Amino acid sequence: MIPELGYGAAIVALALALWGAVTAALGARTGRPALLLSAQHAAVGVFVLVTACFALLTYAFLTFDFSVRYVATNTNLGTPFYYRITGVWGALEGSIILWAWMLALYTVIVILRHRVSARAFYPWVLTVMLGVLAFFLLVMTVAAPPFARSSPVPADGRGLNPLLEDTGMITHPVALYLGFTGLTVPFAFALAALITGRVGDAWITLTRRWTIVAWYFLSLGLLIGGWWSYHVLGWGGYWAWDPVENAAFMPWLTATAFLHSVMIQERRRMLKLWNLSLVILTFGLTLFGTFLTRSGVIASVHAFTQGAIGAFFLSFLALVLLTALGLLAWRWDALHAQGALDSIVSRESAFLLNNVLLVAVTFTVFFGTVFPLLSEVARGVKVSVGAPFFNQVNVPLFLALIFLMGVGPLIAWRRASLDNLRRNFLAPVLVGVVAAAGFFALGVRSAIAVLTLALTVFVAATIAVDFARATRARLRVGERLFPAMRGLLLRHNRRYGGFVVHLGILIIAVGVTGSQAWSVQTETTLRRGESAELAGYRVRFEDLTASEESNHFKVAGAFTVSNGRVLGVLRPAKKFYPQEQSPIAYVDYRLGLNEDIYLVLGDFARDGSQATVKLLVNRLVSWIWIGGLVLTLGALLAILPERRKGA
Amino acid sequence: MSRRAWRWLIPASALPVLALLAYGFRVNPREIPSPLVGRPAPSFTLTAFDGAPVTLEAQRGRVVVVNFWASWCYPACYDEAPVLERSWRAYRDRGVVVIGVDIQDTTEAAQNFVRDFGLTFPNARDPSGKVSVDYGTYGVPETFFIDRRGRIRAKHVGALTDGVVRVHVDALLAEPAG
Repeated sequence: MIPELGYGAAIVALALALWGAVTAALGARTGRPALLLSAQHAAVGVFVLVTACFALLTYAFLTFDFSVRYVATNTNLGTPFYYRITGVWGALEGSIILWAWMLALYTVIVILRHRVSARAFYPWVLTVMLGVLAFFLLVMTVAAPPFARSSPVPADGRGLNPLLEDTGMITHPVALYLGFTGLTVPFAFALAALITGRVGDAWITLTRRWTIVAWYFLSLGLLIGGWWSYHVLGWGGYWAWDPVENAAFMPWLTATAFLHSVMIQERRRMLKLWNLSLVILTFGLTLFGTFLTRSGVIASVHAFTQGAIGAFFLSFLALVLLTALGLLAWRWDALHAQGALDSIVSRESAFLLNNVLLVAVTFTVFFGTVFPLLSEVARGVKVSVGAPFFNQVNVPLFLALIFLMGVGPLIAWRRASLDNLRRNFLAPVLVGVVAAAGFFALGVRSAIAVLTLALTVFVAATIAVDFARATRARLRVGERLFPAMRGLLLRHNRRYGGFVVHLGILIIAVGVTGSQAWSVQTETTLRRGESAELAGYRVRFEDLTASEESNHFKVAGAFTVSNGRVLGVLRPAKKFYPQEQSPIAYVDYRLGLNEDIYLVLGDFARDGSQATVKLLVNRLVSWIWIGGLVLTLGALLAILPERRKGA
Repeated sequence: MSRRAWRWLIPASALPVLALLAYGFRVNPREIPSPLVGRPAPSFTLTAFDGAPVTLEAQRGRVVVVNFWASWCYPACYDEAPVLERSWRAYRDRGVVVIGVDIQDTTEAAQNFVRDFGLTFPNARDPSGKVSVDYGTYGVPETFFIDRRGRIRAKHVGALTDGVVRVHVDALLAEPAG
């Protein structure tokens, strides 16, 4: 029953989305309100139907309805309740439903928010959003139908990929997809601007907050992905430049560039062509990411299964890129810049350089990701480039970006005078230099680490200088300290939200630097009662216990960790799932501000007499997650409605 | 070219990238070359679910399809079970044998699987996992095509289709018997 209902709902939703896209376009051309109204109704209908699909699939998961092939593939009778819910989007077909559902939700919000406020763009925005939605519904009905029937109905299902049995699986995909799908909104507005010829800054003003929201979710998705990698995959790291990670990172980079470059257009009427290109590129990269992770073109540790879906995504990517870039070429004459750079030493050029760097990083990541394909075309052999390539090329670019993070927000527009530079940067530069000397004196010898940390201090100092000066200005007109600071944050929430996000990024940079430069690890085989030592920690192997869990068999080691005093017992384990050939590592750790102690269980003797254990002491990693929280606060501040004018 | 014509290079710039990605479909990243291809197939003797012995040696002179599967391997093994049965019926009179090796499974679940799909070719459990280790299987399903002289000639990872079976089996049947 459920397969038929779900499939029917998806088909009707597809028809409605196509209808809505066409009528909205016709409504835009003819100006007849009835057509537009019909498109709106269709969009709401799509939302209701996709919600129904989602609910049906969830119900099928909760009731172990193995007549739905997707349920049988991704769950079994032992799957705990919680993971039967996350299993809904744990694999390809369900992830497409989640995606379509979010896109439908965004479409409805766009209707609610912009049907009056953005009248000129709105019909075309609706066309584009419903068009994109129609594509995902087409995938849902043809290429990767989540409601395909299984026959014969198996008595039990295969089970969820054990690596996905983690609490992060509820937040990570949701955040990531909210980011990806959210980027459809600025893209739709950009296309509407090109189609209508209104390529001024109206579309940018309208989409500014949309972009920040999407960017924020994307950032959150990346961070939670890093956290998942860190505490589930058991290799002690949080980022591996895996194609799937890169696929999410690239649109984040270009969206970041866009968030900065729009400020130049708002202020100086420059970069129209560039901004439109960035939005198109960003949306194209989200599709590319989906294509990459779901087509099987490039092998990855956590790629989805391959199938006909790759051809679908590639065709759609081609359609999107050729249409959007074609429109760009068509409107070429209207896109010529009105302003020009007055000076190299100005905020415009700092932002421009920031954009160039971000796009350069995007390009290198793209190049590294598709390198296996390139090498196959050129030489007939598949060669991957690994983390060393990405790190070597990108670390200098990241450092330059951090430097610009300090310069950009404070340097004057148009042409910075010597006085402006001295007033804003003399103190921070001095603080940065002193910090560099200080870190060196403290024994930091890695040049990259010293440079990163000093730059971080420099940028933090520029933020402090700016904030202190603005607060002082308010104190001078008689405000008191805390109301003055609060007023600054709330009234100039976009500027100070941006600063807080920058602080978050700086904290993440410190975490990354620390973990790269100072983490240590060792691997050793211990008999029962024996200890190993690493970086002041003593780890004693106590015993080994086996237990039967609901859907797997688990062997856990008990290790007492102490550094002078006993800190606790860590229990890393290996989990044996019947559907997996090799066991899944379950790491155990103790997080700290300075360092984490992190244990991975390796081979063990069946009688429990000895076990191999990998010990890692990872330095400053927690600051990555703390930086993520700060970034969250900053993004929320920037998303708040601007109160400057009203207050 | 006039100055305005240059602008059409913008959309054209996307073409090489798209072409590169399209090229990606021609290659299969999951194709793991087996070092066993070309080597003699490791011998084994197992007991079929119906109690009869299943010995690879006894099939010398025939083309053998050895398929590793499990009852929990949904959906790939479920998809290919009818394919295997069809192939067995179509080719058995032409000197082809299909042998199913069930790994990491319980006897009861496996017997239900064989019964549900009405499989009539020899199927046996590999209780110790030795056979699957000898053949270097990464997962299920995996299928090995063995020629009349007992050498492994091809390996297929993932669910079989009628086309895949036909290509490999016809090629081996076309070779001279000696």
